[in-house]
Amino acid sequence: MDAGGAQAAARFAADVDFPVVVDSSHRLGELFGVVNVPAGIWIDEQGVVVRPPETAYPARPTFADIDLDDPAVVASLPAEAVSRLRMVQPHLARMRLDPEAYVAALRDWVAQGAASRFVLSAQEVLERSRPRPLEQAQAAAAFALGEHLHATGRSDAAIRWFRESHRLQPDNWTYRRQAWSLVDPSQGPTEHYDGDWLSDVQREGAENYYEPLDLEPRLA
Amino acid sequence: MISTTPRVPVAELARETGWEVKAQGACRGEQCVPLPAGSLVDGRVDLPAFAERTGRPLLHDAEHGLWSLGPQGGGRAMTTAQAPDLLLPTLTGEPFPLSALRGKKVLIAAWASW
Repeated sequence: MDAGGAQAAARFAADVDFPVVVDSSHRLGELFGVVNVPAGIWIDEQGVVVRPPETAYPARPTFADIDLDDPAVVASLPAEAVSRLRMVQPHLARMRLDPEAYVAALRDWVAQGAASRFVLSAQEVLERSRPRPLEQAQAAAAFALGEHLHATGRSDAAIRWFRESHRLQPDNWTYRRQAWSLVDPSQGPTEHYDGDWLSDVQREGAENYYEPLDLEPRLA
Repeated sequence: MISTTPRVPVAELARETGWEVKAQGACRGEQCVPLPAGSLVDGRVDLPAFAERTGRPLLHDAEHGLWSLGPQGGGRAMTTAQAPDLLLPTLTGEPFPLSALRGKKVLIAAWASW
Protein backbone atom coordinates (compact mmCIF):
# COMPACT_ATOMS: atom_id res chain seq x y z
CA MET A 1 0.00 0.00 0.00
CA ASP A 2 2.23 2.74 -1.24
CA ALA A 3 1.65 5.76 -3.45
CA GLY A 4 5.36 5.52 -4.24
CA GLY A 5 4.50 2.46 -6.34
CA ALA A 6 6.97 -0.14 -7.53
CA GLN A 7 9.84 2.33 -7.24
CA ALA A 8 9.34 2.64 -3.50
CA ALA A 9 8.63 -1.04 -2.94
CA ALA A 10 11.20 -2.80 -5.12
CA ARG A 11 14.18 -2.64 -2.77
CA PHE A 12 12.16 -4.28 0.00
CA ALA A 13 10.91 -7.12 -2.22
CA ALA A 14 13.92 -8.05 -4.31
CA ASP A 15 14.51 -11.58 -3.04
CA VAL A 16 11.13 -13.04 -2.19
CA ASP A 17 9.56 -16.14 -3.73
CA PHE A 18 5.91 -15.12 -3.43
CA PRO A 19 3.91 -12.76 -5.67
CA VAL A 20 4.30 -9.07 -4.85
CA VAL A 21 1.73 -6.62 -6.16
CA VAL A 22 1.71 -2.84 -5.96
CA ASP A 23 -1.30 -1.16 -4.37
CA SER A 24 -0.58 2.50 -5.13
CA SER A 25 -4.15 3.64 -4.47
CA HIS A 26 -4.72 1.65 -1.24
CA ARG A 27 -7.34 -0.69 -2.66
CA LEU A 28 -6.74 -2.92 0.36
CA GLY A 29 -8.07 -0.12 2.52
CA GLU A 30 -11.16 0.38 0.41
CA LEU A 31 -11.98 -3.31 -0.12
CA PHE A 32 -11.00 -4.85 3.21
CA GLY A 33 -10.64 -1.96 5.66
CA VAL A 34 -6.88 -2.03 6.26
CA VAL A 35 -6.01 1.02 8.42
CA ASN A 36 -2.39 0.38 9.39
CA VAL A 37 0.49 -1.81 8.26
CA PRO A 38 1.60 -4.50 8.57
CA ALA A 39 -1.80 -6.15 8.25
CA GLY A 40 -2.65 -9.71 7.25
CA ILE A 41 -5.76 -11.13 5.55
CA TRP A 42 -6.33 -14.88 5.19
CA ILE A 43 -8.13 -16.28 2.14
CA ASP A 44 -8.84 -20.00 1.75
CA GLU A 45 -8.51 -22.23 -1.32
CA GLN A 46 -12.03 -21.34 -2.48
CA GLY A 47 -11.40 -17.59 -2.36
CA VAL A 48 -13.26 -17.06 0.91
CA VAL A 49 -11.80 -14.66 3.48
CA VAL A 50 -11.36 -16.57 6.75
CA ARG A 51 -9.69 -13.77 8.72
CA PRO A 52 -10.23 -10.06 7.96
CA PRO A 53 -7.39 -7.52 8.30
CA GLU A 54 -5.50 -7.63 11.60
CA THR A 55 -2.06 -6.69 12.88
CA ALA A 56 0.38 -9.11 11.25
CA TYR A 57 3.98 -8.83 12.36
CA PRO A 58 5.94 -11.79 10.94
CA ALA A 59 8.71 -11.20 13.49
CA ARG A 60 9.93 -8.57 15.89
CA PRO A 61 11.12 -5.80 13.54
CA THR A 62 14.89 -5.83 13.20
CA PHE A 63 15.07 -2.07 13.60
CA ALA A 64 13.75 -2.45 17.15
CA ASP A 65 17.07 -3.87 18.30
CA ILE A 66 19.53 -1.62 16.50
CA ASP A 67 21.78 -0.21 19.22
CA LEU A 68 21.85 3.56 18.77
CA ASP A 69 24.18 3.92 21.76
CA ASP A 70 26.91 2.26 19.70
CA PRO A 71 28.78 4.97 17.72
CA ALA A 72 29.94 2.41 15.13
CA VAL A 73 26.33 1.39 14.45
CA VAL A 74 25.24 5.01 14.16
CA ALA A 75 28.11 5.77 11.79
CA SER A 76 27.08 2.88 9.56
CA LEU A 77 23.55 4.18 9.04
CA PRO A 78 22.24 7.11 6.98
CA ALA A 79 21.58 10.12 9.22
CA GLU A 80 17.91 10.11 8.28
CA ALA A 81 17.53 6.49 9.37
CA VAL A 82 19.17 7.25 12.69
CA SER A 83 16.84 10.17 13.42
CA ARG A 84 13.82 8.09 12.45
CA LEU A 85 14.95 5.22 14.67
CA ARG A 86 15.52 7.55 17.61
CA MET A 87 11.93 8.69 17.16
CA VAL A 88 10.35 5.23 16.79
CA GLN A 89 12.35 3.02 19.15
CA PRO A 90 11.10 4.45 22.47
CA HIS A 91 7.50 3.73 21.43
CA LEU A 92 8.02 0.23 20.09
CA ALA A 93 8.05 -1.39 23.50
CA ARG A 94 4.47 -0.26 24.11
CA MET A 95 3.14 -1.21 20.68
CA ARG A 96 1.22 -4.48 20.55
CA LEU A 97 3.10 -6.40 17.86
CA ASP A 98 2.72 -9.99 19.09
CA PRO A 99 4.53 -11.72 16.19
CA GLU A 100 4.89 -15.10 17.97
CA ALA A 101 1.15 -15.55 18.45
CA TYR A 102 0.35 -14.42 14.93
CA VAL A 103 2.87 -16.71 13.26
CA ALA A 104 1.76 -19.66 15.42
CA ALA A 105 -1.84 -19.12 14.33
CA LEU A 106 -0.79 -18.82 10.72
CA ARG A 107 1.20 -22.06 10.91
CA ASP A 108 -1.77 -23.79 12.51
CA TRP A 109 -4.00 -22.72 9.59
CA VAL A 110 -1.43 -23.88 7.04
CA ALA A 111 -1.27 -27.30 8.73
CA GLN A 112 -4.93 -27.78 9.62
CA GLY A 113 -6.79 -25.82 6.94
CA ALA A 114 -10.50 -25.40 7.58
CA ALA A 115 -10.14 -27.40 10.83
CA SER A 116 -7.86 -24.74 12.34
CA ARG A 117 -9.54 -23.00 15.25
CA PHE A 118 -8.29 -19.69 13.88
CA VAL A 119 -10.52 -19.98 10.79
CA LEU A 120 -13.49 -17.69 11.33
CA SER A 121 -17.03 -18.10 10.00
CA ALA A 122 -18.15 -15.80 7.19
CA GLN A 123 -20.41 -14.02 9.67
CA GLU A 124 -17.55 -13.40 12.09
CA VAL A 125 -15.27 -12.20 9.28
CA LEU A 126 -17.81 -9.52 8.36
CA GLU A 127 -18.49 -8.58 11.98
CA ARG A 128 -14.78 -8.26 12.70
CA SER A 129 -14.13 -6.11 9.63
CA ARG A 130 -14.16 -2.45 10.57
CA PRO A 131 -17.35 -0.44 10.81
CA ARG A 132 -17.70 1.89 7.84
CA PRO A 133 -20.07 4.75 8.57
CA LEU A 134 -20.76 7.14 5.72
CA GLU A 135 -17.98 9.53 6.79
CA GLN A 136 -15.41 6.74 6.41
CA ALA A 137 -16.73 5.83 2.97
CA GLN A 138 -16.29 9.53 2.12
CA ALA A 139 -12.79 9.39 3.59
CA ALA A 140 -11.91 6.59 1.15
CA ALA A 141 -13.20 8.68 -1.77
CA ALA A 142 -11.23 11.72 -0.55
CA PHE A 143 -8.04 9.69 -0.12
CA ALA A 144 -8.46 8.26 -3.64
CA LEU A 145 -8.66 11.81 -5.05
CA GLY A 146 -5.50 12.76 -3.19
CA GLU A 147 -3.67 9.70 -4.42
CA HIS A 148 -4.82 10.28 -8.01
CA LEU A 149 -3.73 13.92 -7.97
CA HIS A 150 -0.36 12.93 -6.51
CA ALA A 151 0.11 10.15 -9.07
CA THR A 152 -0.67 12.54 -11.92
CA GLY A 153 1.87 15.16 -10.90
CA ARG A 154 -0.41 17.47 -8.90
CA SER A 155 0.93 16.76 -5.42
CA ASP A 156 0.12 20.27 -4.13
CA ALA A 157 -3.54 19.78 -5.01
CA ALA A 158 -3.53 16.33 -3.39
CA ILE A 159 -2.91 17.75 0.08
CA ARG A 160 -6.39 19.23 0.43
CA TRP A 161 -7.96 15.80 -0.21
CA PHE A 162 -5.54 13.92 2.04
CA ARG A 163 -6.43 16.41 4.79
CA GLU A 164 -10.09 15.78 4.12
CA SER A 165 -9.55 12.00 4.48
CA HIS A 166 -7.82 12.62 7.83
CA ARG A 167 -10.70 14.80 9.02
CA LEU A 168 -13.30 12.22 8.00
CA GLN A 169 -11.46 9.20 9.45
CA PRO A 170 -9.01 10.41 12.07
CA ASP A 171 -8.07 6.91 13.30
CA ASN A 172 -6.78 5.72 9.93
CA TRP A 173 -2.99 5.45 10.13
CA THR A 174 -2.46 4.48 6.48
CA TYR A 175 -4.12 7.71 5.31
CA ARG A 176 -1.98 9.73 7.68
CA ARG A 177 1.37 7.97 7.24
CA GLN A 178 1.01 7.91 3.44
CA ALA A 179 0.19 11.61 3.19
CA TRP A 180 2.87 12.74 5.65
CA SER A 181 5.53 10.63 3.95
CA LEU A 182 4.87 12.27 0.58
CA VAL A 183 5.89 15.69 1.93
CA ASP A 184 8.47 14.49 4.48
CA PRO A 185 9.90 10.95 4.35
CA SER A 186 10.46 11.00 8.12
CA GLN A 187 6.80 11.99 8.69
CA GLY A 188 7.69 14.95 10.85
CA PRO A 189 5.66 18.14 11.33
CA THR A 190 5.06 20.20 8.18
CA GLU A 191 2.93 23.21 7.30
CA HIS A 192 0.67 20.93 5.25
CA TYR A 193 -0.81 18.69 7.92
CA ASP A 194 -2.08 19.17 11.45
CA GLY A 195 -0.47 15.98 12.71
CA ASP A 196 2.81 14.11 12.35
CA TRP A 197 3.90 10.61 13.32
CA LEU A 198 5.53 11.35 16.65
CA SER A 199 2.94 13.87 17.88
CA ASP A 200 0.05 11.61 16.93
CA VAL A 201 1.58 8.50 18.53
CA GLN A 202 2.27 10.46 21.71
CA ARG A 203 -1.24 11.87 21.79
CA GLU A 204 -3.05 8.63 21.02
CA GLY A 205 -0.70 6.32 22.92
CA ALA A 206 1.74 3.85 21.37
CA GLU A 207 -0.28 1.00 22.94
CA ASN A 208 -3.19 2.01 20.67
CA TYR A 209 -1.12 2.20 17.50
CA TYR A 210 -1.99 -1.38 16.58
CA GLU A 211 -5.21 -3.08 17.56
CA PRO A 212 -4.49 -6.02 19.87
CA LEU A 213 -4.55 -9.42 18.24
CA ASP A 214 -7.74 -11.27 19.05
CA LEU A 215 -7.06 -14.68 17.58
CA GLU A 216 -9.70 -16.93 19.15
CA PRO A 217 -13.14 -17.03 17.52
CA ARG A 218 -15.86 -15.15 19.39
CA LEU A 219 -18.80 -16.83 17.67
CA ALA A 220 -19.50 -20.50 18.24
CA MET B 1 -12.97 4.78 -8.45
CA ILE B 2 -11.72 7.99 -10.09
CA SER B 3 -13.42 9.36 -13.20
CA THR B 4 -12.89 12.44 -15.34
CA THR B 5 -16.57 12.43 -16.30
CA PRO B 6 -19.82 11.99 -14.35
CA ARG B 7 -21.08 9.65 -17.09
CA VAL B 8 -18.93 6.53 -17.10
CA PRO B 9 -19.00 3.64 -19.58
CA VAL B 10 -20.81 0.59 -18.18
CA ALA B 11 -17.75 -1.61 -18.79
CA GLU B 12 -15.54 0.70 -16.71
CA LEU B 13 -18.05 0.80 -13.86
CA ALA B 14 -18.34 -2.99 -13.91
CA ARG B 15 -14.57 -3.42 -13.86
CA GLU B 16 -14.09 -0.98 -11.00
CA THR B 17 -17.09 -1.79 -8.80
CA GLY B 18 -18.49 -5.18 -9.88
CA TRP B 19 -21.87 -3.57 -10.67
CA GLU B 20 -23.46 -4.34 -14.05
CA VAL B 21 -25.80 -1.66 -15.32
CA LYS B 22 -28.64 -2.58 -17.66
CA ALA B 23 -31.74 -0.71 -18.78
CA GLN B 24 -33.74 -1.74 -15.71
CA GLY B 25 -31.08 -0.90 -13.12
CA ALA B 26 -27.78 -1.89 -11.57
CA CYS B 27 -27.01 -5.41 -10.35
CA ARG B 28 -24.16 -7.06 -8.47
CA GLY B 29 -24.69 -10.77 -7.95
CA GLU B 30 -28.17 -11.26 -6.53
CA GLN B 31 -28.53 -7.63 -5.52
CA CYS B 32 -30.28 -5.22 -7.92
CA VAL B 33 -31.31 -1.59 -7.53
CA PRO B 34 -33.47 0.41 -9.96
CA LEU B 35 -31.92 3.55 -11.46
CA PRO B 36 -33.88 6.69 -12.35
CA ALA B 37 -35.01 7.07 -15.97
CA GLY B 38 -32.25 8.54 -18.12
CA SER B 39 -29.42 7.09 -16.00
CA LEU B 40 -28.16 4.98 -18.88
CA VAL B 41 -27.53 6.77 -22.18
CA ASP B 42 -25.32 5.49 -25.01
CA GLY B 43 -23.69 2.88 -22.78
CA ARG B 44 -22.79 5.42 -20.11
CA VAL B 45 -24.09 5.54 -16.54
CA ASP B 46 -24.94 8.68 -14.61
CA LEU B 47 -22.48 8.46 -11.70
CA PRO B 48 -24.43 10.67 -9.24
CA ALA B 49 -27.58 8.54 -9.70
CA PHE B 50 -25.61 5.30 -9.35
CA ALA B 51 -23.83 6.57 -6.22
CA GLU B 52 -27.06 7.70 -4.58
CA ARG B 53 -28.89 4.43 -5.25
CA THR B 54 -26.02 2.20 -4.10
CA GLY B 55 -25.19 4.15 -0.92
CA ARG B 56 -21.76 5.25 -2.10
CA PRO B 57 -20.33 8.74 -1.64
CA LEU B 58 -19.35 10.68 -4.75
CA LEU B 59 -16.88 13.53 -4.31
CA HIS B 60 -16.23 16.10 -7.02
CA ASP B 61 -13.07 18.13 -7.48
CA ALA B 62 -14.36 20.84 -9.81
CA GLU B 63 -10.97 22.52 -10.23
CA HIS B 64 -9.40 19.35 -11.62
CA GLY B 65 -12.48 17.85 -13.28
CA LEU B 66 -12.45 14.68 -11.18
CA TRP B 67 -15.11 12.54 -9.57
CA SER B 68 -14.31 9.97 -6.88
CA LEU B 69 -16.77 7.18 -6.11
CA GLY B 70 -16.20 5.76 -2.64
CA PRO B 71 -17.15 2.39 -1.18
CA GLN B 72 -20.58 1.70 0.26
CA GLY B 73 -21.10 3.40 3.62
CA GLY B 74 -23.36 2.69 6.56
CA GLY B 75 -22.24 -0.90 7.22
CA ARG B 76 -18.86 -2.51 7.58
CA ALA B 77 -15.74 -2.45 5.41
CA MET B 78 -16.45 -5.99 4.22
CA THR B 79 -19.95 -6.86 3.01
CA THR B 80 -19.16 -10.40 1.83
CA ALA B 81 -16.55 -12.97 2.86
CA GLN B 82 -16.01 -13.84 -0.81
CA ALA B 83 -12.69 -12.23 -1.73
CA PRO B 84 -13.09 -9.43 -4.30
CA ASP B 85 -11.53 -9.83 -7.71
CA LEU B 86 -8.56 -7.66 -6.82
CA LEU B 87 -6.36 -6.87 -9.82
CA LEU B 88 -3.05 -5.14 -9.12
CA PRO B 89 0.24 -4.86 -11.03
CA THR B 90 3.38 -6.75 -10.07
CA LEU B 91 6.64 -4.88 -9.47
CA THR B 92 7.34 -5.13 -13.20
CA GLY B 93 3.89 -3.94 -14.18
CA GLU B 94 2.12 -7.13 -15.26
CA PRO B 95 -1.49 -7.34 -14.08
CA PHE B 96 -1.89 -9.98 -11.35
CA PRO B 97 -5.40 -11.10 -10.40
CA LEU B 98 -5.91 -12.35 -6.85
CA SER B 99 -7.95 -15.17 -8.41
CA ALA B 100 -4.73 -16.57 -9.93
CA LEU B 101 -4.04 -17.99 -6.46
CA ARG B 102 -7.37 -19.85 -6.21
CA GLY B 103 -6.77 -23.39 -4.94
CA LYS B 104 -4.05 -22.23 -2.54
CA LYS B 105 -4.25 -20.65 0.87
CA VAL B 106 -3.42 -16.95 0.56
CA LEU B 107 -1.99 -14.57 3.13
CA ILE B 108 -2.30 -11.00 1.92
CA ALA B 109 0.50 -9.22 3.77
CA ALA B 110 -0.11 -5.48 3.50
CA TRP B 111 2.99 -3.36 3.98
CA ALA B 112 4.49 -0.06 2.84
CA SER B 113 7.84 1.66 2.46
CA TRP B 114 6.75 4.52 4.71
